[in-house]
Amino acid sequence: MKPTLADTDARQGILDRINTKHVDIPPLPDVDVDRVIQFDQPIEKFVEMLAMVGGQAHQVESQGEVRALLEEIDVFRTATRIVSSAPESIAGTIDATQIEDPHHLSTVDWTIARGEFMVAENGSIWIDGDTLPHRVLLFIAQYLAIVVPRSQIVSNMHQAYERIDNFSARFGVFVSGPSKTADIEQSLVLGAHGCRKLQVFIVDDL
Amino acid sequence: MTVALFVPCYIDQLYPDVAIATLEVLERLGVDVAYPDGQTCCGQPMANTGCETDTAPVARRLVDLFADFDAVVCPSGSCVSMVRNHYAAYFDAEDAKFQHVTSKTYELCEYLHDVVGVTHLDVKFPHRVSLHQSCHGLRELRLGQSSESMTPRENKVRKLLNLVDGIEWVEPDRPDDCCGFGGTFAVNEADVSAEMGRARIADHCDKGSEVLASADMSCLMHLQGLIRREKNPIQVMHVAQILSGRPLGAA
Amino acid sequence: MLPIVQHPAAAKEFVNDPNRSRWHDQALWFVRSKRDKQAASLPEWEYLRETASGIKTHTIANLSHYLQEFERNATARGAVVHWARDAEHHNEIVLRILHDHKTKRIVKSKSMLTEECGLNHFLEDNGIDVVDTDLGERIVQLRGETPSHIVLPAIHIKKEEVGDTFHEHLGTDEGASDPKYLAEAARGHLRDKFLAGEIGITGVNFAIAETGGLVVCTNEGNADLGTSLPRVHIACMGIEKLLPRQRDLGVFTRLLARSATGQPITSYTSHFNGPRDENSELHIVLVDNGRSRLRESETFRAAMHCIRCGACMNTCPVYRRSGGHSYRATVPGPIGSVLSPTRDQNSYKSLPYACSLCGSCSDVCPVKIPLHHQLLAWRGELVGKKLLPVSKRLSMRCASYLFRFPALFRLVGQVGRFALRVLPRWATHNRLNVWTIARELPEPPKESFHQWHRRHRNH
Repeated sequence: MKPTLADTDARQGILDRINTKHVDIPPLPDVDVDRVIQFDQPIEKFVEMLAMVGGQAHQVESQGEVRALLEEIDVFRTATRIVSSAPESIAGTIDATQIEDPHHLSTVDWTIARGEFMVAENGSIWIDGDTLPHRVLLFIAQYLAIVVPRSQIVSNMHQAYERIDNFSARFGVFVSGPSKTADIEQSLVLGAHGCRKLQVFIVDDL
Repeated sequence: MTVALFVPCYIDQLYPDVAIATLEVLERLGVDVAYPDGQTCCGQPMANTGCETDTAPVARRLVDLFADFDAVVCPSGSCVSMVRNHYAAYFDAEDAKFQHVTSKTYELCEYLHDVVGVTHLDVKFPHRVSLHQSCHGLRELRLGQSSESMTPRENKVRKLLNLVDGIEWVEPDRPDDCCGFGGTFAVNEADVSAEMGRARIADHCDKGSEVLASADMSCLMHLQGLIRREKNPIQVMHVAQILSGRPLGAA
Repeated sequence: MLPIVQHPAAAKEFVNDPNRSRWHDQALWFVRSKRDKQAASLPEWEYLRETASGIKTHTIANLSHYLQEFERNATARGAVVHWARDAEHHNEIVLRILHDHKTKRIVKSKSMLTEECGLNHFLEDNGIDVVDTDLGERIVQLRGETPSHIVLPAIHIKKEEVGDTFHEHLGTDEGASDPKYLAEAARGHLRDKFLAGEIGITGVNFAIAETGGLVVCTNEGNADLGTSLPRVHIACMGIEKLLPRQRDLGVFTRLLARSATGQPITSYTSHFNGPRDENSELHIVLVDNGRSRLRESETFRAAMHCIRCGACMNTCPVYRRSGGHSYRATVPGPIGSVLSPTRDQNSYKSLPYACSLCGSCSDVCPVKIPLHHQLLAWRGELVGKKLLPVSKRLSMRCASYLFRFPALFRLVGQVGRFALRVLPRWATHNRLNVWTIARELPEPPKESFHQWHRRHRNH
């Protein structure tokens, strides 16, 4: 849809009104990294925070251990529709790259995604949208597992944004725990619209 | 050095003992106190209603009255905040008298703590006491750390009361929720105001406090009105009364 | 013209129902306590607030530059940027996009801006099926209400009432009120809606000038589901949502969820850079609707810093006891009482007085808006425009007169105290004296301090 003449007028009107009122511009502050929290044991902090936001962390030495741990989870053993972006850890049963319409992914049981790095202060993991054939996989699957290298962790969000300063993907997301809601009397319920549970595999040799 | 005692209008008329106690505490600590004649009000009721033209002459009167003193001390955080934080709207920034009065007006506990530096008081108050921290004392004068703020601040009112023998502190669940007085708010929003006050009283009563103490008598006037109506088993006292050695039930 | 809101009257029913107001107060205090815990966990909390305030002050001052930079970069990424003068224009633009795609069904995630513009009603009047997908918003939508809080839209509704609503609309068991059961039912109901949605509409938490990207924060994942299935995403935002650089998000993502709900971050912090792929569309609607005018005010400009976290509502003792609907405004609570009169002074003139000036909102605000000072400043503006009732102005005029003449003040005081002592109770404690509806009057002393001092200290 192309903007109409009225829209162009609105643009000019808004900018003119702003430009007419000069306001002194103070300098744009930067965060002094020495003044923000850093953790000596960031993995421990991450695991603690992930538990607090309703996710579960598993620390493993190699990718080979991921399947065994997942097999201990009932809803994984019975799952038939699995999409994986981390085939070295676990193979999927559906090849999502062959699916064009994301609506056809509505019955996916599990998505296994690759995380780029962890953020200790809030238990979140950065996922680069380019690692997924469809971004909806993160949100439409009943359950989500993320595989992330142990070496890839930052303490806080300032460092996190430093890391993704020039990320070029069309989509990226910090995921912190499973989807949740407290909209009914402030009672926390996990599994609002997105995944019901979140498993994070922190892998040594990835 | 002479300090002027500034007695807020409602304390002068309705709670004279709070002013007497203030005077006695200061005198006992060797402060040279004068009580300038002709004082009335700081102008806060009008200012908080937004009636600036009605506030201005009252503010100017106050500044004229106190300009010749080395300091001004007042047993009400709210009135001190008015002079310190809100008088600029009514004066020329260069006005020397205004500059002097606005920077040299102290809330009682603040003066005792910061200027006099009291370390010893020879008084007793063997009772269970809980502190009601007035919003203006806390958030406009920073007499302590408000629960929202993460900037550490020592609690000047509590530190002073800790010099009194025998106080057993009782802690309400909410250390600084507003009591709902708020000046004309108490009448404009009477239902909300009363509900806010009832919640404060219940919080203090539930913890077994005998005395709800505060450095602001205006909060206490409102809370006392509710306590008397609902016959709650608690009394109110101004901090000055406790510091001066008044027995339980002086307010 | 809007009707005049009288907050005390609008709050009466809610506040005088202790079951409702005390429950509501506790629920919000619980959220504030969680916020306190999260804030205290960061030694740099106050430094972050200071920095966030500095970034916003800079951005709003230089707004024209950043808006154009954002437009340039968003366009380069393939988004279509629209500019809307006001609410009506915004709604027209959205409807035009829907018509262009012959869309009848849309899924929406939470957006206070579209609430401000009345988008839902407008679209429904034009035959569009609008589904709010945030659980709280869906609850109020099914009940035909509006959100009573900007982050917790259904905070005023009890679970039994949600149960009744879901029984009626979603066919849940009669009398069922378990939040888990109800949320599960909503999940199933809304999954179908997501799959049927033809266009996804979202709000925007932050827009980044240097990248042209958008950030949307949710816990439920509804904004993501709603935009990653359909081919068209419409993002609606006020022009104040801009941040200059992507790294500024470090400050704001740390403050937002901690202030809002006491979480360290939202479950999903999603970054949208242009449309999903070559075959998709991203439309960004930049809305003024009074913001450029607000920017002109030295006194109220800082209200544009607001990141809509709702912390000022959670901490406000008046909001907690009177409920969000008592403000009769899209944004209630302290920030709403500052913003609403900028739209219509006469209609919202009672809101700046719905405040005890406790100042807790200013201390809790993550971007340091001096809210209680702005509310006080509003009172001065309203009186200046003669919008305060004559009775109140007159009583203040009288008080001012009284305080200028000490002898008169003393005389009136003495007569008043005498009257209080001798008059029968019915004459002093009655409905006409609003103070005494819930409270006793102070017991009048025989002498004032002034009189005492004359007897004891004046030699």
